[in-house]
Amino acid sequence: MQTSGWIQLALYMVALAAITKPMGLYLLRVLDANGRTWLDPVLGPLERLTYRLMGVKPEREQDWKQYTLAMLIFSLVGCVFTYAILRLQNILPLNPQGLGALSPDLAFNTAVSFTTNTNWQSYVGETTMSYLSQMVGLAFHNFVSAASGIAIAAALVRGIARHSAKTLGNFWVDLVRVTYYLLLPICLVFAVFLVSQGMIQNFKPYTKAKLVEPYKISVEKKNNNGETVLGTDGKPVMVEQTVDEQTIVQGPMASQIAIKMLGTNGGGYANANAAHPFENPTPLSNFLQMLSIFAVGSGLTYYLGRVTRNQAHGWAVWGAMMALFLAGVLACWWAEAAGNPIHQKLGVALADGNMEGKEVRFGIFNSALFATVTTAASCGAVNAMHDSFTALGGLVPLFNIELGEVVVGGVGAGLYGMLVFVVLAVFIAGLMVGRTPEYLGKKIQAYDVKMAMLSLLVLCLSILGFTAWVSVSKWGLAGLNNAGPHGLSEMLYAYSSGTGNNGSAFAGLTANTPWYNTTLGLAMLIGRFLMIVPIMALAGSLGMKKIAPPSAGTFPVSGLTFVILLVGTVLLIGALNFLPALALGPIVEHFLTAQGKLF
Amino acid sequence: MKEIISHLRGAVMSTLVLAAVCCGLYPLIVFGIAQTVFRDRANGSLIVGKDGIVRGSKLLGQNFTGEKYFHPRPSAAGNGYDAANSSGSNLGPTSQKLSDAIKERIATYRRENGLKDTDPVPADAVTASGSGLDPHISVRNAELQAARVAKAQGQSPEEIRALIRRFTEGPQLGVLGEPGVNVLRLNLALEGP
Repeated sequence: MQTSGWIQLALYMVALAAITKPMGLYLLRVLDANGRTWLDPVLGPLERLTYRLMGVKPEREQDWKQYTLAMLIFSLVGCVFTYAILRLQNILPLNPQGLGALSPDLAFNTAVSFTTNTNWQSYVGETTMSYLSQMVGLAFHNFVSAASGIAIAAALVRGIARHSAKTLGNFWVDLVRVTYYLLLPICLVFAVFLVSQGMIQNFKPYTKAKLVEPYKISVEKKNNNGETVLGTDGKPVMVEQTVDEQTIVQGPMASQIAIKMLGTNGGGYANANAAHPFENPTPLSNFLQMLSIFAVGSGLTYYLGRVTRNQAHGWAVWGAMMALFLAGVLACWWAEAAGNPIHQKLGVALADGNMEGKEVRFGIFNSALFATVTTAASCGAVNAMHDSFTALGGLVPLFNIELGEVVVGGVGAGLYGMLVFVVLAVFIAGLMVGRTPEYLGKKIQAYDVKMAMLSLLVLCLSILGFTAWVSVSKWGLAGLNNAGPHGLSEMLYAYSSGTGNNGSAFAGLTANTPWYNTTLGLAMLIGRFLMIVPIMALAGSLGMKKIAPPSAGTFPVSGLTFVILLVGTVLLIGALNFLPALALGPIVEHFLTAQGKLF
Repeated sequence: MKEIISHLRGAVMSTLVLAAVCCGLYPLIVFGIAQTVFRDRANGSLIVGKDGIVRGSKLLGQNFTGEKYFHPRPSAAGNGYDAANSSGSNLGPTSQKLSDAIKERIATYRRENGLKDTDPVPADAVTASGSGLDPHISVRNAELQAARVAKAQGQSPEEIRALIRRFTEGPQLGVLGEPGVNVLRLNLALEGP
C-alpha cells in the first residue's frame, strides 16, 4: 500500500466531494418539470417537440401506479427494440466485419441485460456486435435505463418530501428531461475528452497491422467442415501456423463509453471492458471514468437533502455510503497489494502484489479502487479481471453487490436502494425505543416496512436460489473456468451480479449457453422490476401521509448516531443473507491459499 | 386499457425519438469532433511505417519472443495479443493451471535474462494482463531484460537504458497510475529509424 496510492485515493475523495453539491443542484433543476437550465435555448424546443410526438401532457402528474406502469411499458418496448436489432444484425447496416445474427437466447439475455441497466455480457463484444448493434441497440439503453433509474429515485424522494399528495411526478417528463439535460450534454464533453486520451471513434473496418516479429503457434487441425481432426490416438492433430498480422478493433467507441460510465451501465465495447487500452487508454481516463460512475449517484444524495429540506440528512446518507466505500477500497487494496502467497513461493517479487488480470498503467491501487467503485455503484465495468483477484480482494466486489449496491449505487438505483435501508433503520430504531417510527415527520407503518422488506427479500431469494440451483446442475458446472471454492464463487458472483443489475463478472464462467442466458436474464428482470414495484408502492404510500411536527421522541435522521445505525443495518442484513454462501466461496478459498492448496 | 394504449404510444414514440437523438445525432457529433480535432487518436493511434504499412498501435501490445527484443507480458487474448479478441486468463488464486504457467514462465524468464534461481521475478513479467493487450511492462522488468537485448543487438547497455527511459510512460500528471515501458515502441526504436 504505497504512498502514491494514498495520494490518488485522497484526490478521488476530494474530487467526489467537490462535485456532489453542484451535481445535486443541477439535478434539482432537471428533475423539476419547470426547472430552468442554461441549455433551455437549445434543448427546450427539442423537449417540447418530443412531448408532442409522444402525446404527453407534461404538466399532468401521475400517481405511483401510473408512473410505474409507464416505466414498465417503456422498458418492455425498449427491450423488444433491442432484441429485434440483435436478431437482425446480419441484414442491418454498419456491419463492416459481416458479423452474424445473435442466437435467440443470447439476444434475450443481452436485451434484458441492457434494459435493466445490468450490462451483463455473455458475448465477446468485438467478435459479436456490429457497430449498429453497439451504437443503437445497446447504447440506447445505456441512456434510457439510467434515466429511468434516476426517475424512480426522484419519484421516491418526492414521495418522502410531499404530504397528502396522490401524485409523484410524470415518468415521461423525468425520462426526457434527464436524458436531454443531464446525460447528453455531459456525455458529449466526456466522449470528446476520452478521444483526446486515445479512445477510438470511427466507422472503419478493423485494421490489419503487420507484426514486427511474426511468430508460430500450434493449433488444432480443422477439416473443411470446421471440425477438429483427431489422430489415431484420439487426440486432436496439431499443426503449426505463422501469425504475422494483428487485427485491431475499430468502431464508435467513445460515444458509448461516456454513457456506459456516467449511466453506471458498465457494458464494455470490447470484451476486456475498461482494461482494454482503447477503452481506457490512460490513468487520467481511468480516474475520470471512476469519478463519472459515482457522479450522479453522489449528487442524488444532495438532491435528497434539498427536496426534503433536511440537508444534514442528505449528507448523513452520503457519509454512510462513504464509510462503507472506504472500508471496501482499503480491504481490496490491502489484499491485492499483499499478493498471492502461492505465486510468491514460486519466485514472484513480494512487493509487486497480485498482477494477474491487471494492467501495468493502472497498477494494484487503481485496479482495487476501480473494482470497489464499479460494484459499489451498480456499474459493472472492470479495468482488471475480478476472477483473478486474490480470495479476499475478490470478496469485496462480490459483497458490495450483495449489500444491494447502496454505496452510492447505480444512477437512481443506489439512492432508492439506500432509502429502503433508511426506512428499515428508522423502523429498527423505533422498535428499540418502543415508539412508532417516524421518517422526516411521517409515520412508518406496517405497509411501508412490508414493501421495504419485500424489495430486499426478492434480491436475496434470486441470488441464493439461482446459485443453489446451478451449483447442483450439470449445465451449471459445465460453464466453470475454475475448480474448488473458486468455482462456487464464479456462480455466486454471476447471479449476484445479474440480480444486483451490476454486470461485472468472475468472467471465466462460460455463460453463453441457453440455460445460463435464460436464468441470468430472469435474475436481471427480477432484480430490476420486482425491486422497483414495491419501492414505488412505498413512494406512493409515503406521499399520501401527513407530516407530523417533530417532537422529543423523533429520531434524528442526521448525525453520527444515524450514520452508524444506517451502516449497521446495511451490514447486518447483508451479512445475515450472504455470509454462509461467502464462507463456502471466497472465505474458505482465502485459508486454502494460505495453505498452498491448488485445484 | 385506455391508459395502457396511451402509455404504449408514449413508449414507442419516445423510443424512436430518443434513439434518433442519443444513438444517431450524439455519436455523429462526437465522431465529427473526434475526426477533426483528434484524427490520429480517434482512429486507433496507429504506428505507420515509411512504406505506409501499419505496424500496430501505440496503445496495444504485440507479441515478441526473439532475444533481441524486449518481451511483453504473457497474454490470454486469443493466441496471444489478438487485438480483436481481448481477454484475461480469468484463472483464480488457487488455480493449478495458473500456478503451473507462472512456474514455467519464471524459469524461462530467469534463464533468458541470466538471473539466479533465487532472484525474485517482476510480477508483471509472469502474469497475463486483464486485456491481454497491455502495451506496458514495469520499469524493473525492462531493466532486467536490458543486458540480454543489448548483447543481442550489439549495442551498449547504456544506449539500451536510455531507450528504456525514453519510452517510459507515466505516472500521468505526476501522480496518476504507475510508470510503464511501452514495449512495441521500444522494440521499433531498436529496429532503427
